[in-house]
Amino acid sequence: MDLICNFPCISIVMCILGGIVSSALKGRAAKYLNAVILLAATIMSASVFGYTIMTGESFTYVMGRFPAPWGNELRAGVLEGGMALFFCVIMTLSLFGGQEKLHTEIEPQKLNLYYILCDLLLSSLLSLVYTNDLFTAYVFVEINTISACGLIMISQTGRTIEAATRYMIMSLLGSGMLLLGICMLYDMTGHLLMENIHQTLRASVTAGKFHVPLMITIGMLCVGIAIKSALFPFHTWLPDAYGYSTVSSAAILSSLVSKGYIFLLIKLIYRVIGFDVIYASRVTDILFVFGVAGMIIGSLSAIKENDIFRMIAFSSVAQIGYIYMGFGLGTQAAMVASVFHILSHAVTKALLFLSAAGLADASDGSRRFLDLTGSGYRNRIAGIAFAAGALSMVGIPLFSGFISKLLFAEASVRNSGKMLPAMIALAISTILNAIYFMKTVIRIYTPVKTDQGTILLKKHKLFAASMACFIALNIFLGLCSDWIVDLIETGLEMFV
Amino acid sequence: MGENLFANYGEVVAMLLFGIGFANLLLQKNLIKKIIGLNVMDSAIYLFLALKGYIIGRIDPIIIDGDLNAERYINPVPSGLVLTGIVVSVSVTALMLSLTIRLYQRYHTVDLDEISILLRKEGK
Repeated sequence: MDLICNFPCISIVMCILGGIVSSALKGRAAKYLNAVILLAATIMSASVFGYTIMTGESFTYVMGRFPAPWGNELRAGVLEGGMALFFCVIMTLSLFGGQEKLHTEIEPQKLNLYYILCDLLLSSLLSLVYTNDLFTAYVFVEINTISACGLIMISQTGRTIEAATRYMIMSLLGSGMLLLGICMLYDMTGHLLMENIHQTLRASVTAGKFHVPLMITIGMLCVGIAIKSALFPFHTWLPDAYGYSTVSSAAILSSLVSKGYIFLLIKLIYRVIGFDVIYASRVTDILFVFGVAGMIIGSLSAIKENDIFRMIAFSSVAQIGYIYMGFGLGTQAAMVASVFHILSHAVTKALLFLSAAGLADASDGSRRFLDLTGSGYRNRIAGIAFAAGALSMVGIPLFSGFISKLLFAEASVRNSGKMLPAMIALAISTILNAIYFMKTVIRIYTPVKTDQGTILLKKHKLFAASMACFIALNIFLGLCSDWIVDLIETGLEMFV
Repeated sequence: MGENLFANYGEVVAMLLFGIGFANLLLQKNLIKKIIGLNVMDSAIYLFLALKGYIIGRIDPIIIDGDLNAERYINPVPSGLVLTGIVVSVSVTALMLSLTIRLYQRYHTVDLDEISILLRKEGK
């Protein structure tokens, strides 16, 4: 076994250990440790990614050398490696981008606690990506929830504590359903490893057994994860949680936490239950309906919003709707589009949150649209970054958002039954996106006479560098989309 | 259908409890009652799992007289899962309770709707 095959396990354990060690460190030391861990995890994920591309096949890492039906396993293919690399990069950029702001937002003696949560969050995300065992997935889903809750309420105002409470309640409902679904799968098959469950389920489906329990289980798993990843009607906690937490937290939460759960759902669909079984069960139709509803209602709520952070948060609801609509279309092409949209949305949303914080800084910390007028001139980097993010969200060519919309449109053409609703929803949602994002861009570039000083590039090098990286990554996704779509397709084929 | 319900009465109870816990966690306004609902829901799942591991007529999986025949013992995996699950639910409960304490110290109520109204009055 090559050295690289150990990397998934090492990166997860390293993150957990980093979290434990950080609890004994001072804020500054914890920050450096976190940076080292992020860098190491990025390098490891990159090498796993490169290794799987080179060998052209996935590998399984057996934990503790217990053989297959009993032991615990990690598994890495092209999609897992790529996702892990992507999560690490986004997390690094979000933390660096929001770092200066972070020092003003939380008390200095609590800084190390923030980095503990970041380390734990990264470990749980990596585990959700790599794990091959359903119960391990459940445990790390809970760790993810707990650390996300901590990230929301790290700046202790009444708003954030209430938002964290609401987030926990919805999340716990979701994980309860997820756990029950996993237990029922275990009951039906007697296995916890994904491949074994898949084989046993396949045998019982062909024998015509367990039809009703399987339908209920699929429903439980899908709804559980849909609640956790804030699919419309379960999105009520989201605007508060993203809108009032610290900037780095908002960027990380919106671009990574919900994506981790969605990636788990993709694994459940492909590797546990089977794509054709899920599709035949018609649960995907329900996901499609709620996805489409989320796309439109999320955007409508965003238009009504008067607070820039809450507007971006509501836009997340719409984008999650896009991803679930892709699941609902039930074709391979739509799945590829959904996975691409996970990447595209993560890059863009983190950029938007961070740049919105920059704009608010240039307007005496106010987040109301009226006060933000002309802030694009006062903080030029944030203005450019916000404009780039907004263009990507609306779907202007050159940016990643355009490619994901194009892929969704292509996928919906191939599905004769759902073509019309999907196309109409895409069109309406794009127009609504354009309304609220362009309105904001026009407002921040409306010249206004004020005595507020400008924020200079020199003083915020880290912020500027992270913004530049985000924009570059966004354009990279937009320009090299063929290569990335090919990789996603290979990765999805490796799942089976 | 009817005889299945009677034969698997344990699972039926577990599902009923799950429903009760779920509804409480979702619908109660009082945070403490919500947390109780959470615990009922989790316990129901553990009851379900424990029932799945138990096989009538077999003994607990501790080897005493060197008998390695797996047919003698119950399935130990669900018990392990229940233990792991209990740890998870304890930590989640602790977190929820600490959030409740924070909210109570600030707003002197454990009613989530009242807290929302108070927050809106604060206007932040």
